[in-house]
Amino acid sequence: MLISRWIEDLEPLPAPLPMCSVTVRADTWRMVAEAVSAANGRLLSLWGSDRRQGASGSLVISVAYAVHEGLLWLDLPLSDRNVGYPDLVPHFPCAERMQRAAADLLGVVAQGASDRRPWLNHGAWPEDFHPLRREVTEQVSTSTREVTDYAFVRVEGDGVHEIPVGPVHAGIIEPGHFRFSVVGEKVLRLEQRLGYTHKGIEKRFTELPPLDAHRLAGRISGDSTVAYSWAYCMALESIAGCQIPERAGWLRALLLERERVANHLGDLGALGNDAAFAFGLAQFSRLREDWLRLSKEAFGHRLLMDSIVPGGVAVDIDPATADRLSHQCDTIEREVQTLRSVYDEHAGLQDRFMSTGRVLPELAAWLGLTGLAGRASGQAADLRCNQPWPPYDQLKVRIALRHEGDVAARVAVRFEEIFESLRLLRAILSRHGDGETRGELQLPATAALGAGWVEGWRGEIFVALEWSGESGGKGIRRCHVHDPSWQNWPVLEHAVIGNIVPDFPLINKSFNLSYSGHDL
Amino acid sequence: MWRILRQIKRQGICSEAPPTCSDDLPAANRQIQQELLAILGQALTIRQVDAGSCNGCELEINALNNPYYNIEGLGIKFVASPRHADMLLVTGPVSKNMELALRRTYEATPEPKLVVAVGDCGCDGGIFGESYASCGRVANVIPVDFTVPGCPPPPLHILRGILTAVRRCRTSPG
Repeated sequence: MLISRWIEDLEPLPAPLPMCSVTVRADTWRMVAEAVSAANGRLLSLWGSDRRQGASGSLVISVAYAVHEGLLWLDLPLSDRNVGYPDLVPHFPCAERMQRAAADLLGVVAQGASDRRPWLNHGAWPEDFHPLRREVTEQVSTSTREVTDYAFVRVEGDGVHEIPVGPVHAGIIEPGHFRFSVVGEKVLRLEQRLGYTHKGIEKRFTELPPLDAHRLAGRISGDSTVAYSWAYCMALESIAGCQIPERAGWLRALLLERERVANHLGDLGALGNDAAFAFGLAQFSRLREDWLRLSKEAFGHRLLMDSIVPGGVAVDIDPATADRLSHQCDTIEREVQTLRSVYDEHAGLQDRFMSTGRVLPELAAWLGLTGLAGRASGQAADLRCNQPWPPYDQLKVRIALRHEGDVAARVAVRFEEIFESLRLLRAILSRHGDGETRGELQLPATAALGAGWVEGWRGEIFVALEWSGESGGKGIRRCHVHDPSWQNWPVLEHAVIGNIVPDFPLINKSFNLSYSGHDL
Repeated sequence: MWRILRQIKRQGICSEAPPTCSDDLPAANRQIQQELLAILGQALTIRQVDAGSCNGCELEINALNNPYYNIEGLGIKFVASPRHADMLLVTGPVSKNMELALRRTYEATPEPKLVVAVGDCGCDGGIFGESYASCGRVANVIPVDFTVPGCPPPPLHILRGILTAVRRCRTSPG
């Protein structure tokens, strides 16, 4: 699809990936949604911003699409009297919760949307309170209202009963509520209620100096700290028109692939454990610990937090460390190969994995399933392959793709991605070369937009940044951050239908979605 | 089966010695086990509560269950309900949306109701602080016995914090 056929005045953003932004009217907003949907494009994110300044500016609703040519960011200004905008759910079902979140945070509504229940606001905020509106001041933060009940959809019929789970879960995991409607052991319906870890991250961004806010970005979802801080820094560097030194790019990719391997190792162990195969957890958690310990020695942090900074990286490795990192890749590869054959040949384990929690490719495409889980359901999207930005343009990443869409497929994609990441890591370590690791960053004195787009281990991380042009602490006017979990949580509701309740933890783990990255 | 046994044999036991606690608790496994028994009369059971964290602390608490730290060997077990727990291990700045759930979890926990706040956010609100959506540190919502700073604190620090809180439980009056 050629977007330029539909819209004029596309403004390219100076970023390592092809991205452009444009301001549209409601009819174009509708038309583009239809065209992107028809061309199998994806809705990446939807969010609202307050761009009122005195008498000028307005509330704005924005959407980012991933299309063949890259990323398309549309802004639709809303008039003061009418804070509605055309509903995108008919074309992109995944927009529903994002629209409900925008209603909570900014008070803008999708016209004709069928579900108007609050999403992030659980009733503990002050009445008629929209935290991203400019008139909001901090004194309202002392509200003492209690959270309220949520109108779950009731399933009725002979023998149907409900199982409520959470927000405090039975394991060491994040909080959320799951409401199962079951007959016997079979799940008829799962409805999620999320938002429990909402801690005001997007508002917090506007209070931080831009050169420090990468630390907050690195704490949106702790398991994806590298991906988020890279995406944030990419957006900031895009605004500053700063190109990072080549060596900084190599080191960023090194960190991102190490984060991917660490998470996949942890998940593969936990997936074995959820199928009652404790041996898998013991083995993989040992490998993960080895991996994190070397991260600590080489980069100073087990989870690699704060390694990526505006303009480049805050870490460096000498040849001896590079050798150790490379050697560890060989060791881990051998171990994971052994464990893969154990997993593959274990009949009991495969019986639990295969055909469990299935999402067929057609449903995955319609619901917008993305990232790792998408690739297990035939959705061939991986930014490192589709839009390879430096240094991935020199690495020729091979996509891991499965079509079965079950737990077994999500396990297989993880195994394959570990092997591919280990190959990439060795390639990076053999060619990262010499040179600077951090460049100068000069933020402009005029307002500007910037975006960051990175393939984290779970899927695409997107950051949209509005820079005010003011120096000092108030430079960030809006920072929207998007986790692939937004797309994938609703798909989990579909994946469990018809499965038995005891398989839910296994199915849930096979997606391993972020609560914090979603709740913000 | 043969492969599994061979892998276990080849790997052997990789558990490491536990840390000393900040009150200089003796470090040997047997002594820690006996200390727990003397103080609690049973193994230490912990209910972990994420009250709004970024999940970084959860990753490190989970790591405590890997074979290197061998906490079950010390007599420490994570349990599924606060009603089975001696201690709550709480992470995150407490979000407004989790405040009530955290209070209820605390109420459901039997004595001695130890609370250890883990991570910078649990200790002082961290980078998120207090806002319309965040109550800040854990102590703003429930009483806290011990704090473990760090972002996130490594597993050994968390384990040391757990042991210290138990030790103080014995030395504190009442």
